[in-house]
Amino acid sequence: MSQATDIRAGSPLQSVVSWLLRNHIWVFLALTVTVFSLASPYFLTVNNLGNILTQAAFIGILAIGMTMVMIDGEIDLSVGAVLALASALAIGLQDHMGVWPAVFLGLLSGAALGFLNGTLVALSGMHSFIVTLGGLIGIRGLVFVYSGENALMVPDFSYTEIPEIYLGPISLTAIIFFALAVLFQWVLSSTRHGRETYAVGDNIEAAHDAGINVRRHKIINFTICGTLAAVCGILLSMRLGTAEPNAGKIWELWTIIAVVLGGTRLQGGFGSMWMTIGGVLTLAVLRNGLRLLNTPNYVELMVMGAVLVLALVLDKLLNHGEVP
Amino acid sequence: MMEAAILKVRGITKTFPGVKALDDVSFDIQPGEVHALVGENGAGKSTLMKVLAGLYKPDGGEIVYQGAPTQVAGPLDARQKGILLIHQELSLSPELSVAENIYLGAWPTNRFGVLKKRELRRNASAALDALGCGFGPDVRVGTLSVAMQQMVEIARAEAFSANVVIFDEPTASLTDTEKDQLFHTIRGLKERGVGIVYISHKMDEIFDITDRITVLRDGQVQGTVDTCDTDLNRVTRMMIGRTLDAYFVKAKAEFGSEVLRVEGLSKSGLFDDVSFSVKEGEVLGLYGLVGAGRSEVVETIFGVRRADAGRLFWKEGRIDLPTPRQSIDMGMALVPESRKEQGLVLMMGGRENTSLPHLRLFSEVSIMNKPRELAVFEKYRSALSIKTTGPDQAVSQLSGGNQQKFVLAKWLCADPKLIILDEPTRGIDVGSKSAIHELIADLAERGLAVIVISSEMPEVLGVSHRVLAMSEGAVVAEFEGDALTEEHLIDAVSHHRGEAAA
Repeated sequence: MSQATDIRAGSPLQSVVSWLLRNHIWVFLALTVTVFSLASPYFLTVNNLGNILTQAAFIGILAIGMTMVMIDGEIDLSVGAVLALASALAIGLQDHMGVWPAVFLGLLSGAALGFLNGTLVALSGMHSFIVTLGGLIGIRGLVFVYSGENALMVPDFSYTEIPEIYLGPISLTAIIFFALAVLFQWVLSSTRHGRETYAVGDNIEAAHDAGINVRRHKIINFTICGTLAAVCGILLSMRLGTAEPNAGKIWELWTIIAVVLGGTRLQGGFGSMWMTIGGVLTLAVLRNGLRLLNTPNYVELMVMGAVLVLALVLDKLLNHGEVP
Repeated sequence: MMEAAILKVRGITKTFPGVKALDDVSFDIQPGEVHALVGENGAGKSTLMKVLAGLYKPDGGEIVYQGAPTQVAGPLDARQKGILLIHQELSLSPELSVAENIYLGAWPTNRFGVLKKRELRRNASAALDALGCGFGPDVRVGTLSVAMQQMVEIARAEAFSANVVIFDEPTASLTDTEKDQLFHTIRGLKERGVGIVYISHKMDEIFDITDRITVLRDGQVQGTVDTCDTDLNRVTRMMIGRTLDAYFVKAKAEFGSEVLRVEGLSKSGLFDDVSFSVKEGEVLGLYGLVGAGRSEVVETIFGVRRADAGRLFWKEGRIDLPTPRQSIDMGMALVPESRKEQGLVLMMGGRENTSLPHLRLFSEVSIMNKPRELAVFEKYRSALSIKTTGPDQAVSQLSGGNQQKFVLAKWLCADPKLIILDEPTRGIDVGSKSAIHELIADLAERGLAVIVISSEMPEVLGVSHRVLAMSEGAVVAEFEGDALTEEHLIDAVSHHRGEAAA
């Protein structure tokens, strides 16, 4: 159930239609899956679908935090850099303190940077675009200072086996992504914090006048976003066994694209994790499908750009008069 | 009268940098009374209600609530204590449901912050039923009309068992029927012993619904009077320090030749067979209730809308129905009702706003002639006595009245022959209103033809030489001279409605 389920719809069919209108990305996803299934025999295989889910999970985990921040009407451009720092710390500190303390500190770094972003946004009144743009550059610099421009190697390769758990074709990484998405959808739809998120993004004055502590609220969501970026960085370091200083570069853009593709509104107040999952999967399917078809890299980018604009046009058409 | 007041304010002061917004303000609200708070913009009404609703902390004085001195810690605290503010700009989240909005920020949750959805829904339902709202708790607020959204805010009064409800300009965007429903609701609250503070610029409403009136001027209370013992004249005098007679200035009735004549103008569904004319030096009033088709008629004359039928004569010569550009070039000016949406670029200063529609007059080969622009700005600033710190102060920082003067300045500097003013004083304070009225008289005396559309009967009667009454898209009567009275206008408009209904 999306938070915004339209109650006026009566019959089950009507409610399915109205759900699809608000979550049109799933229609779009079904369409892309159909096209690629017809175009390539390798696409619709259990193995490949499992791969897509794993590939989607990284951007997906970032997108969950981004969705929280974006429903608030804010944005976090620093997630790619936070991811790189967390992954560098999780690997680099293992020599000094062992695997799990290092992983914990990596997570903590993400939470701390998210908290810092949120505090700056909430207290300075600057737009989060500027604050986190500063974060994007500054934190990336910090990663290079820490790692000295080289990829850090994991001391013990058993670290890379941690995520090698599968449920059928579905990897642990993908499971974590879905679990987090479900958790945060529940937060959005069933907790006070979730209601506050919509209220703040939708009409910040009304939220403030209703006595919601807008500053504290925003700090919490930025902290969630930073922490999830660190989760993503740590999973990436486990998968690769190395921490590259350039890891996650421009991933913040793919993340924003996935969230917007899903239908979450950039101005805030509207969106859900179901939409974001749809956006993330669509993006992953497109990338995977185009690669299976041996599309040259630059053509892939052109197609992705065109699809993004197309999806947004579709959004406008379908929700004409529905979403102001 | 002096039973225990539900809320007493004693000697409240509040200072902002450079302004004493509230200066030793005292007043009280009895249970079951509707208490009007009136005053010009900047008199301190908004500050006072924000203090009561916990949005501002007063610098001094005390609030005695239900017999005990009380600190209002914040908006949520105020609501939980039972003091509720209903904002002019509705304070709702369009994407959330009705139930979620009623309890905005105070949703019932368990101690881990998980919503109790069933309880939320049930309580909201009960509040809506008590008010007799025609919609359920699950509807998304964004899909409701403004009046229904206002009911959602009022439902908070039920939900929080409010003892004091403050209405800030509640009828600003309501139709007449919706207004009647609102008044019905207010009377219901009143019967249940709720104390109501009613803030409005509309005097007829204040005399209609309130029991007492407190007048504020420059942050000080000018006095509190029983509504039944006073009249408009006296209240206005308290507000602006002069009488109502000086408040309307009518131009001398010296008319020149005809400027515009309209014959049989029709547009299906909007208005039918409208004919009239206006002369140089004449102020023609167009009165009618909202939805009578007044704005649509003038928009059609100006060329914003296309007519189905009708003939236009400009200076006694037949013309085709013009486009807006042609209208402006002929010497017609239309000052629209919604100045923020249509009238002004809020981030620009007065200088740039004034010259905006006539950039060609102020430029050579596309390069702006700033000295000429400045000279025109200064001319209108002093002619209309606009209060602004300088030519580049963003108009968003000005009061509604001063913004409206810039809208006028912008059209006047093209030197029009006919100026059409659609609700020129809506939502602005009494002082600015009378400045606009003086300006209308002045324009007419300088030989312009003026058409004024207004929903405020005293205004239409006060400034016009001749008034057309419109109802349901038709001109139903025309009055001038001694026949210009409220009774005649009311008769004309309501009689026609009665016929149409029968």
